[in-house]
Amino acid sequence: MTARNRELAGLVVAALIACVALASVTIARDAEVAVSSMTWGAMFLGLYVVAHVVVRRTVPYADGALLPLTAVLTAFGLASIYRLDPGDGGRQAVWVAAGVAVLAGALIWLRHDYRVLESYRYVFGVTAVALLLLPSVPGLGQRVNGVRLWVDIGPLQFQPGELAKIFLIVFLAGYLREKREVLAQGRLKDFGPLFAIWGAAMIVIVQTNDLGSALLNFGIFLAMLYVATGRALFVAAGLALFVGGAALLYNGLQHVQDRVTIWLHPWTDERVYCALNGELELRQDCASYQLVKSLYSIANGGFGGTGLGEGTFASTDGTQLIPYLRTDFIYSAIAQELGLVGAAALLLVYMLFVVRGMRVALQAQDGFSKLAAAGLTFGFALQTFIIVGGVLRVVPLTGITLPFVSYGGTSIVANFLLLAGLLLISNRANTPR
Amino acid sequence: MNRQIARLTYVALALVGVLVVMTTYWQTWAAAGLADRQDNAIRRVAEFSIDRGLIFSFEPRKRLARNIEREVDGRTLFFRRYPYGRLAEHVVGYSTVGRSRTGLERSLNDYLTASNANLSTLVDKALDELRGRPVQGNDIVTNLDLDAQAVALEELGTTCGSVVALDPRTGEVQVMASSPGFDPNLVEESFQRISRITADCTPAAPLLNRGSAGLYVPGSTFKVITASAALESKKYTPDSSFVDPGYCTVYGKRVNNFDTSRPFGTIDLTNALVSSVNSVFCNIGLKLGAKRILDTARRFGFYERPPLETPADERLPSGLYRNGRLYYPRIDSDVDAGRMAFGQERMLVTPLQMAMVAGAIGFGGKLMEPQVVDRIVAPGGRVIEKARPVLIRLAVSQSTADSVAEMMRLAVERGTGTAAQIPGYSVGGKTGTGETGVPGSNTTWFIAFAGADEESPPELAIAVVLQNQSGTGGTTAAPIARAVMQAILQGTENP
Repeated sequence: MTARNRELAGLVVAALIACVALASVTIARDAEVAVSSMTWGAMFLGLYVVAHVVVRRTVPYADGALLPLTAVLTAFGLASIYRLDPGDGGRQAVWVAAGVAVLAGALIWLRHDYRVLESYRYVFGVTAVALLLLPSVPGLGQRVNGVRLWVDIGPLQFQPGELAKIFLIVFLAGYLREKREVLAQGRLKDFGPLFAIWGAAMIVIVQTNDLGSALLNFGIFLAMLYVATGRALFVAAGLALFVGGAALLYNGLQHVQDRVTIWLHPWTDERVYCALNGELELRQDCASYQLVKSLYSIANGGFGGTGLGEGTFASTDGTQLIPYLRTDFIYSAIAQELGLVGAAALLLVYMLFVVRGMRVALQAQDGFSKLAAAGLTFGFALQTFIIVGGVLRVVPLTGITLPFVSYGGTSIVANFLLLAGLLLISNRANTPR
Repeated sequence: MNRQIARLTYVALALVGVLVVMTTYWQTWAAAGLADRQDNAIRRVAEFSIDRGLIFSFEPRKRLARNIEREVDGRTLFFRRYPYGRLAEHVVGYSTVGRSRTGLERSLNDYLTASNANLSTLVDKALDELRGRPVQGNDIVTNLDLDAQAVALEELGTTCGSVVALDPRTGEVQVMASSPGFDPNLVEESFQRISRITADCTPAAPLLNRGSAGLYVPGSTFKVITASAALESKKYTPDSSFVDPGYCTVYGKRVNNFDTSRPFGTIDLTNALVSSVNSVFCNIGLKLGAKRILDTARRFGFYERPPLETPADERLPSGLYRNGRLYYPRIDSDVDAGRMAFGQERMLVTPLQMAMVAGAIGFGGKLMEPQVVDRIVAPGGRVIEKARPVLIRLAVSQSTADSVAEMMRLAVERGTGTAAQIPGYSVGGKTGTGETGVPGSNTTWFIAFAGADEESPPELAIAVVLQNQSGTGGTTAAPIARAVMQAILQGTENP
C-alpha cells in the first residue's frame, strides 16, 4: 500500500471521527440524530479528499500520515467549537477550507523545488521581525487582554505572530545552513546574529507584552541552533540569556509579574488587591479567574469526560465561565467533555504528528530541508506545550493558539502552511532517483 | 545533524508527555480537591441540575422546601423555594447558589441530591442518568409539628428567644423555633433585607438557630441538675432540711436570693426547688463541689454537641464557658460552685439541651437522642432511612428522676411555674431568670415536661428562653410554654 493510499484510508477514518463527534453534539443538544451531521461529515471528507488529490498530484512521495493527523486535529477543533457556538463552528469550517486552499496553493507553487526559498532567507527574516512588531504599530495594533497580538487591516483581523513563526523558521533554516560551520567554532564575533535575535525577542516582549510568542520563537531559534551546530552549550547560554532577560523584565514589567504570580499562586485564602475592579478580592475571583475556572473545567472531565455537548461552561445564572474558551482555552473544553481519555488521545495525535515531522527531518538530505523540517516540527510541539502547559499550570499562561484546534483563521492558515512545508520536504526526501 | 534531530525529537515528545502527565494529575488526583472548592461554579451547576428531594413537616404534612425549574444554557436547573419560609427556616435551612447551604439542606445534602451511598439510590440515579433525566433526590420527612411551630413563633413575636419541644420517649423534635427569623426565599437575591431585620435584641442575628446554637445563662432551670446531683450523691433526700437566711455566703460574700426581703426560714429540698430558693442550692453547690455537679450535667449531655441531624456547627455544647470557649475545671476551686448551682457563674446552655434535661427527668432518667428527621424517602416512595429511638444513656437513676420530676410538678402546681398549668394534664416545670446585670434585660426560662398523668411517661418536654425580659421566667416564659404544649397535646383549633 502506497503512502497516498494510506493517506486516503486515514482521511476516511478522520472523517468518521468528525461525523461521530458532530453527531454526538447534535444528539446532546436536540436529543435526535440529525442528517446534517452526516452532511457535515461528508463535506469534511470531501474537503480533505481535495487536499489529498492535490497532494497526490504535487507531492506524491510525501509522508502519508501527516495529512490524516491534521484532519483528526481539525475534527477535534471543529466539533468542540461547533458545540460551544454553532456559528463559530461554521466559520471555523470556512477557515479550514481556506487552510486547505492555502496548502494546495503552496504545494502547487513550490512542487518543483521549494529550496528557492533559501535564497530569499533575509527577506523572510526581515518580514518575520516586521510581522512580530506589526501589532505595536499605532493605529494597526489592537490590544486584547493587555496583549498586542492582533492587527486590523480594514475589516480583516489577523495575528501576524502566527505567520512570523513560519517565516522565522525559513529564515533560520537558510541562515544556519550557511553559517553552521562558522558558528560551531564558537568564536564570539560570529554570535552577533544570536544577540540580535535575543534582543529582538526581548523587544517583542516589551512592545507587545506577548510572552508566549517570544518564548515560542526563541525556543525555535535555540532548537534550530542546536540542530545546526550540535553545541548544547549554545542552547544553555541562550536559555541563560533568555531567563536573565526575562528576570530583568519581570522586575520592570507589571504584566509579566502578574502572569508569574497567577501561575505560582492562583488561589489565595485572603483578599488581595484586584487590578480589574480596584477592590480587594480573592485572587481566584480576580486575576487568576480564567486559569482557575479552566482547571475546574478540566477536573470536571475526570477519566471519561462528561460527553460531547454535556459539559458545563456556564454558571447557574447562565454567564460564561471561561473567557476565550474557543481560542486559548479550547483544551479545557475538550478535557472536560472528552475526559482524560479524549484529552490524552488528542495529545497522542500531536505526538504522532511530531514523530512524523521529525522523521521527515531525518530523511531529508540537505541541511536547509533538515533544519526547516526540524524547526517546523519543534515549533509545532513547543506551541502546543506553551498553550496547553499554560492551561494546565505547567508554565505561566500566555495566550497563543492550539495548532489546528483553536478557533481562528490566521492560526489555521499558518499551520496549513507548516504542513505544506513538511509535505514538500518529505516528498523531496522520498522521491526515488 | 541526525543525532541532534533525534535528541530534539525526544525533547519535543517529552514536552507533550508532560502535558499528558499533568492532564492526568488534574483529572484524577487533584479532581476531588478542586470539585470541593467553594468557587467551583461547575460543581454548583451539577448540584443544581439535580431534582433535589423535598422536605416535609410531619403534622400537618406540608412541603417546607420545594423546587422550581429554570432553563439555563440548555439545561434544566432546580432552585429552591420555601413555601412556609418563616416557619421552619432554621431547621430546614436554605440551599442557594451564592450563599451555599445551611440547616438540613446542608447536613442532608447527600440524601437530597441522591449522592448517598445507598444501593437503591445508586440504582435509581444510574437509571435517571441513562434515561437522560434529571437525577431525583430523596425526600425528607421531619418531625416538625408545623402548627405548634407557628404557635411558638406567634407567642415569641418580636421577642428574641427560642422554643424547643420534643417527645422525651423517642427524642422526636416537634418544635424548634427561633426568633427573630428570616425568609429563606430572600437569601439568594436580597440578603441585605435579612441583615436589616431588627428585633428586641442586638445583634438580631436572624440566621442563628437559637434553639441549638443560642447560648444563654440557664438561671434557676439549672437547679434541676443541681437537685439531681444532690440526690445522686446520696447526701440529700427530697426531705433534707435547710435554713434559708435569704442569702448564701460564698468566699465571704453574700449571694442573694431572687427576693431577699422574704427569707424562707426552714425549708426542705422539694420546696426549695418549688419556690426556687437560691441560698439552698448555693449551699448544696458548695457542699458537693463544682465537679460533681458538672459530672451530673455531663450525664445530661452537657459538654458535648447535642446530637441532631442539623449541621454540627449549628449546634453548640452547653457548659461553663470562659473567653468564649467551653471550659471544664481541673479542680473544684477553679469555679464558684455556689453560684453555678443555681445557674450563674458563666454557665451557658442551649434550649435544646434544656429540653433534653426536662425530658430525661420526666422519662425516668432516660436521655434520648433528639431527632428532627423522621424518615428519608426514595423518589419511588420507598423508605430508605427510618429514625428509631436511641437511648443516649441513663442520665440519673430512676428514683432520682422521679423525685426531681415530682418537685417540678409541685413547682407548676403551687410554685413559680403555675402559669404553665394545663387542665387535664400533668405538667412539671422549672422557671429560670438569668440575670445579665442590666435591669430589664434578664434571660428568662421555662423548661417542662407534660403527660396525661403522673404515672405514664410524659409525651412532651419543652424549653422556652426569652432574651431581654424585665419579668421572671414564671410570668414571661411559662405562658408561652403552656401555649405551645397545648398546641402539641391538644392540637390547634385553626389548622
